[in-house]
Amino acid sequence: MRWGRRPAADADDAVVVPGAGIELRDVEHVYGERVVLDGVSLTLTERRVGVIGANGSGKSTFARLLNGLVVPTSGTVLVDGLDTRSQARAVRRRVGFVFQDPDAQIVHPTVAEDLAFGPHNQGVPDDEVQRRVEEMLDRYGLAGHRDHPAHLLSGGQKQLLAIAGVLAMRPQRIVFDEPTTLLDLANTRRVARVIDELEQDVVVVTHHLNLLAGFDRVLVVEDGRVVADGAPAETVPWYVGRMD
Amino acid sequence: MLSLYVPGDSVVHRARAGLKLAVLAALGIGLFLVESPAAMAGALALVVVVGVTAARLPWRALAVQVRPVWLWLALLFGFHLLATDLRTGSVAVLRLLALLVAAAVVTATTRVTALVAVIEWLAAPLRVFGVRPARIGLVLAMTLRFIPLVAEKAARIREAQAARGADRIRLGMAVPLLIQVLRMATTVGEALDARGADDAPARRPRRTAAAS
Ligand SMILES: Nc1ncnc2c1ncn2[C@@H]1O[C@H](COP(=O)(O)OP(=O)(O)OP(=O)(O)O)[C@@H](O)[C@H]1O
Ligand SMILES: [Mg+2]
Repeated sequence: MRWGRRPAADADDAVVVPGAGIELRDVEHVYGERVVLDGVSLTLTERRVGVIGANGSGKSTFARLLNGLVVPTSGTVLVDGLDTRSQARAVRRRVGFVFQDPDAQIVHPTVAEDLAFGPHNQGVPDDEVQRRVEEMLDRYGLAGHRDHPAHLLSGGQKQLLAIAGVLAMRPQRIVFDEPTTLLDLANTRRVARVIDELEQDVVVVTHHLNLLAGFDRVLVVEDGRVVADGAPAETVPWYVGRMD
Repeated sequence: MLSLYVPGDSVVHRARAGLKLAVLAALGIGLFLVESPAAMAGALALVVVVGVTAARLPWRALAVQVRPVWLWLALLFGFHLLATDLRTGSVAVLRLLALLVAAAVVTATTRVTALVAVIEWLAAPLRVFGVRPARIGLVLAMTLRFIPLVAEKAARIREAQAARGADRIRLGMAVPLLIQVLRMATTVGEALDARGADDAPARRPRRTAAAS
């Protein structure tokens, strides 16, 4: 059934190239006068990609480019062949985003309602939405909190809820911007395990370097440029060495 | 007064949210048409009985709602004793109490989503004027979600300022709070985008798998 509100929306899928990955071509991003990203060109096809770098180096901006939350000042970002500039909606359906602070990401008062929000927006029928909500409540040990106010959850549970809310939308890829920065050690490990077990491709921006041990590729960002790019066994020690 | 839902599966819980709101509205109107203390006392007793037996709510769930306004009810009663008489005073106080408990029963037995759905339904005719009822629902839900969060941030700022010896400055609190709230609002906006709030279907999807 079509509502006739956005007739061209489905035409987007015509150009999808599944598995093409995320491609950045000569991406530059500027806030006011400040160049935040400068001449970034690369293609991400790996299952696990990490992004590290100092505060203010441009990591969050980079992450936001990947699902079209930020459109580059110049250059192009393609997600499986879809341009984030002209096909933002289709891109956002494919790429989920988990923010550092789950409190900003949870928008409904109770746990189950919040889980239903994303799929409902996508037009998923109510009974299927309910099925996904149950699945997520189960998978992340939130079943006992179904009708609880989200603000009464622990920090770790809130982050799990935020992740589950994204997973309920069934994206192909998920970008995480510092998902463990606000968590204690136990919850950091829990979230790390959750990310590890995801079948989706993920990009994780983090200051927790040990999160990246099993990753396929790690980018080091410095002053808006990707200054190192390779296996974590090489890039992480290189990055740490630069701090000394 | 937020998130007062007490999970359960009593008759009252299972009754449709629209029906409960309609009864509540009817009760509100009815109570203002009557002026007898006995009728008010009867109404109060009735809603309490409905809440405790039919809805099987703990007393606490009802008391929580009434506690914050005890003082006002007492003041109102005192005012009536001075300005009018005992009869008018008890009618006024009992009427408010009955309404308050009735509202408490409805909120304790109805999920926010269900209440929001009723409001969306009521707002549906506004569609003619370009209003999107789903938006109204989202705003209501987000208000309920973020009020406790902002309150929590305020409390934390108060603590931080008290820790630095500033236990009198109340106005000073507003600035850091405002900054924090604005910063969060930016992220919330992004999160709404990322979670497809813009894609929200013009109508609620039907409860069938036929929509495709
Ligand atoms: N919306 C914005 N408007 C203006 N400047 C911004 C905006 N967002 C980010 N910046 C600036 O861009 C630069 C890069 O920011 P970004 O958030 O991408 O860095 P980051 O690497 O994620 O840092 P952190 O590790 O602190 O999260 C910073 O100097 C920041 O002040
Ligand atoms: Mg950042």
